[in-house]
Amino acid sequence: MDMDTALLLSILAATVQSGTPILYATLGEMFTERSGVLNLGVEGMMIVGAFTAFLATHLTGNPWAGVLAAGLCGGGLSLLHGVVCLIFQGNQVVSGLALTILGLGLADFLGTPYVGITTTGFQAFAVPVLADIPVLGTIFFRHDALVYLSYLLPPLFWLFMARTRPGLALRAAGEHPAAASAAGLSPVRIRWCGIFTGGFLAGLGGAYLSLAYTHLWTNNMTSGRGWIAVALVIFAFWRPGRAVFGAYLFGGVMALQLRLQAMGANLPSSLMLMLPYALTVLVLLASSARGGGRAAPAALGVNIEPEE
Amino acid sequence: MFLPRVVKRQEPLQWGSFFIFAVALVVSLGVSCALLAVHGKPPLKALAVLWSGGFGGPFALEDTLLKSIPIFLCSLGVAVSFRMQVWNIGAEGQFALGAVGATWAVLAFPGLPMWAMMPVMFLCAAIAGGLWAAVPAVLRLRFGMNEIISTLMFNYIGILFLQFLVYGVWKDPTSFGFPMTPIFPKAAIIGPIAPATLGRVHWGLAVCVGVAVLLGVFLKRTRLGFELLAGGENPRAARYARMPYNLLVLLVMSLCGALAGFAGCIETSATVNRLQPSIMVGYGYTAIVVAWLSRLRVSSIACFAFLLAGLRVGVEHLQLDLQVPAAFGGILEGMILLSVLAGQFFDRYRFTLKGRS
Repeated sequence: MDMDTALLLSILAATVQSGTPILYATLGEMFTERSGVLNLGVEGMMIVGAFTAFLATHLTGNPWAGVLAAGLCGGGLSLLHGVVCLIFQGNQVVSGLALTILGLGLADFLGTPYVGITTTGFQAFAVPVLADIPVLGTIFFRHDALVYLSYLLPPLFWLFMARTRPGLALRAAGEHPAAASAAGLSPVRIRWCGIFTGGFLAGLGGAYLSLAYTHLWTNNMTSGRGWIAVALVIFAFWRPGRAVFGAYLFGGVMALQLRLQAMGANLPSSLMLMLPYALTVLVLLASSARGGGRAAPAALGVNIEPEE
Repeated sequence: MFLPRVVKRQEPLQWGSFFIFAVALVVSLGVSCALLAVHGKPPLKALAVLWSGGFGGPFALEDTLLKSIPIFLCSLGVAVSFRMQVWNIGAEGQFALGAVGATWAVLAFPGLPMWAMMPVMFLCAAIAGGLWAAVPAVLRLRFGMNEIISTLMFNYIGILFLQFLVYGVWKDPTSFGFPMTPIFPKAAIIGPIAPATLGRVHWGLAVCVGVAVLLGVFLKRTRLGFELLAGGENPRAARYARMPYNLLVLLVMSLCGALAGFAGCIETSATVNRLQPSIMVGYGYTAIVVAWLSRLRVSSIACFAFLLAGLRVGVEHLQLDLQVPAAFGGILEGMILLSVLAGQFFDRYRFTLKGRS
């Protein structure tokens, strides 16, 4: 294998790593939105997940405890959004923004004493047999457990939505809550589940950042990935398959940006750091121009009025 | 069954928004101080520091007034956009671009006398901030692109652009590597109004008053302003009534950008006297909280801007006196916004214990 191929393969493997936290968060937000709730708090839930994952791992020494804590805390924070929007009929856009402000504040506040401390986290291991496949093995099967777990999510997501009864109920709550209600379902209860699952997955995305992508805690370590995830849901037309593509596209740009910086490319770092955000605008522009918004669940962002 | 159930109010709760805010503030302060206690800080002392730092005494009030200037300017524009259901959360980036625009004017025409420098600075700030907001507006109107995400991404890009300039081409060669431009010439510095009586309070306050009056006149006395107030809340009705909806969105977004640009210009010129990244402290996000709390009433915006500015100043004192991390401010703001959102429910509904008849 010559130098260039090795470099390319390492960048592609890094693409999968950088794309994984975004993939978790995107699928989580997609799940919430399919139930009819827009939760713009992804960035906040993700950073709270990143911090609690770090903290739990730091305290117990077991990264899986960190993953569980991240999921529960991300999900727990999302329940505040549920309280505001499902019980108190608050505006979903503003509530999500508030959740992001709160989450960033919480993680920063609680995490200040831990900044820069390293933890064990997850280590990469080669999957037997699969890792030996030429090219694909290097790109996909020499990572850590959270990456492998993320491979299972898109097919599970699709199966759940398309082939199961609860999946159908979830979609009904997102498309036509009144009809769901008439069919004997409780759209409000379904939306609670949608919100919590989304928060749980956003938390896992955060956990990946502090336990696998790096092995430490720093403030603002999500740096807009939660917002990229919100954009990717639109880009993906609310379908998990396209979410994978979108997440790895961003993973690729981030991996490339890191690699160029490491090679000492003669470009100011502030311009390089703009790349993912500029790409988000472009990607969203492309899907909007193709009428992407029409794929949204019909009742997305619309609260269910309480019965008199 | 005596479970409480929800009943729609016939008319909105009297004094509702004031009452709701008061309860929300108490809840948020309670939760935040509980967090402080968990963190091993004395919660009651923290409350006292928060109050005295932000509102107790002339120095505190002066600080608070100074901080409320950029917050007020940013919230005006955000409130107008929110009123139209345009979710412009890009004030932070538009603020950055305003600062860049003003600095460009100073660096390009360093020799101008003050009477020419000030208008040129403000004009450049308004154009830069306005354009930064107009692009997402056009993208939304032309391509149906979600403005929440585009304005937010423009925040990140705008702040990085500011950094690119002060770390690179605009860096002061004599600053020992610190990322900042050279200090502005005297003619480009917004000075204090009356140092003897008003302390550091500068002419930026006069800009706020002027803008507020102009905006009030525009909303109350012009056809476009009336259309904005009347039809803003329901785009479909606005279109049906043949209002120039697209034009209104573009106008409102650009206006918001220009006002945030003013704020950036004032912060750069009056507060730090040069362009440096430290001016970006999240006023644009605080403006969202203020805008939502006050809806589109200029006087409420002024009150809430002052209040949240005071909380920010108080948090700075907490940082100094009790070593509480600065992020405490974010927790407070997030909690206030969440509890107000929840509380507004009682504007429209009430609970009753009577059983179903």
